[in-house]
Amino acid sequence: MRKIFAIIPALVFCSAILPQDDELAKSIERGKMVYSENCISCHMGTGEGVTATFPPLAKSDYLMETPESAIKAIKFGLIGKIKVNGVDYDNMMPNPGLGNDEIADVTNYIMNTWGNSSEKKMITEKMVDEIKEKK
Amino acid sequence: MNKNIPLLKRYLPVALGGLMLTASIGLMSNSGFETEKPKKFTEADLKVDTVASGLTMPWASALLPNGDMLVTERGGKLRLVTGGKLDPKEVTGIPEVFYKGQGGLLDIALHPDYKTNGWIYISYSSPKASGEEGDEGGANTALMRAKLKDHALTDIQPLFKALPNVKGNPHFGGRIVFDKKGYVFLSLGERGQKQNAQELSRDQGKVVRLHEDGKIPKDNPFVSTAGARPEIWTYGHRNPQGMIIHPTTGVIWEHEHGPQGGDELNIIEKGKNYGWPLITFGIDYDNSIISKDTARAGLEQPVVYWKPSIAPCGMTFVTSDKFKDWNGDLLVGSLKFMYLQHLVVKGNKVISREIIFDKIGRVRDVRQAWDGNIYVVLENSGKVVRISPKS
Repeated sequence: MRKIFAIIPALVFCSAILPQDDELAKSIERGKMVYSENCISCHMGTGEGVTATFPPLAKSDYLMETPESAIKAIKFGLIGKIKVNGVDYDNMMPNPGLGNDEIADVTNYIMNTWGNSSEKKMITEKMVDEIKEKK
Repeated sequence: MNKNIPLLKRYLPVALGGLMLTASIGLMSNSGFETEKPKKFTEADLKVDTVASGLTMPWASALLPNGDMLVTERGGKLRLVTGGKLDPKEVTGIPEVFYKGQGGLLDIALHPDYKTNGWIYISYSSPKASGEEGDEGGANTALMRAKLKDHALTDIQPLFKALPNVKGNPHFGGRIVFDKKGYVFLSLGERGQKQNAQELSRDQGKVVRLHEDGKIPKDNPFVSTAGARPEIWTYGHRNPQGMIIHPTTGVIWEHEHGPQGGDELNIIEKGKNYGWPLITFGIDYDNSIISKDTARAGLEQPVVYWKPSIAPCGMTFVTSDKFKDWNGDLLVGSLKFMYLQHLVVKGNKVISREIIFDKIGRVRDVRQAWDGNIYVVLENSGKVVRISPKS
């Protein structure tokens, strides 16, 4: 069942694959800067987070299986309970107030660092733009 | 070495006895046999009541003499809580606020003589205005004062703007403190530029001292230093988001977000350098070493530091008899672990620390109001709660 839920967003994102690895590499590089300024003090330098306080991004099922949830969190902030890699989190991520371009860049960075791989799929500004606060 | 052995033999039984006594006292206190000792004041003697809810990212609160409360929301709104309810109408008159990253509408503090003069002081992240020094699209922390009339701020006076403007989202500091001698202090973050905390030509990573009308005092420490900004009182700070005057000594205590494992509690004294980033107990968030030194001549040591970091945000001295033997102690909020810490203070030292109200929420602000109760602003639940003794 869980696999199916993982496949749906994967399909959504596959449909938007950009073949230019170069673009992805550039976005990841920009995203690294966004990360170090806005995310690093909670999610830490190697994306491990703080267990039971701030969720990990490295090898995170929440991020990698449902990237749209992650983008939504970056775009609008996140409050309340979530489960990441089997651990419960009930903290709050304030809306960091990033532009959609910055959100795309930082998502590409976190999805392609610390052992994570989006398998060359790239998040674009347009995809971020299409994610709305409430479904 | 050998000489010590007879001594050790002689005192060993005494030492062992002492150890056992200590251990048994420890056991007793853990199992609740405390009835014969004078009862110690604890978290269990306190209650938590919600006084405001429905706020969006509240940052700080101020209890007015009539029992109403003003609360800042980081997004840029000033809200009024009246009759225990959040007034749906926002208070007008807040200037344009840079709401991005850690920036936004920040602290609020009533003038010590608020009852007679009505001045309300407010700090916020202020976007670069034309003609101001610094990065295009940048911002820095500003201080204003105004009076409240119904749902409007009137007599608005901009008092100070930290310069230069810096493009970037982190570290605005923003705490306001009065010393009751006619001065106001404002804490300023280094805006993510470590080295600039050491530059006296910039306001980043500083505590500044102003007259209450915003004028710069002539006896500030760097007034006659070439190239230095005259408002600077202390420097070498990272992101100070807690500041309070000790009720009897008048000493300013400050806490700041440090790097990983380097959050600090400091005593702020005229002209001193608190060392960021030349010395620190922490390492950077990317795990790189910021400095190999934790101490250096001419640089101040913290009273305590937190490892791991708790992300301290908001601090007050307890100055009310209602809190019994906690009177004179510090309460510090933790954004990260969503609790308060009770720090037992003796003179200029912290002699113990304990966690209280675990899971209370993401604490932004902790302050004792005129009614002697402690008001805590919780960012995640959008609430202000009051901590008061049960009886």
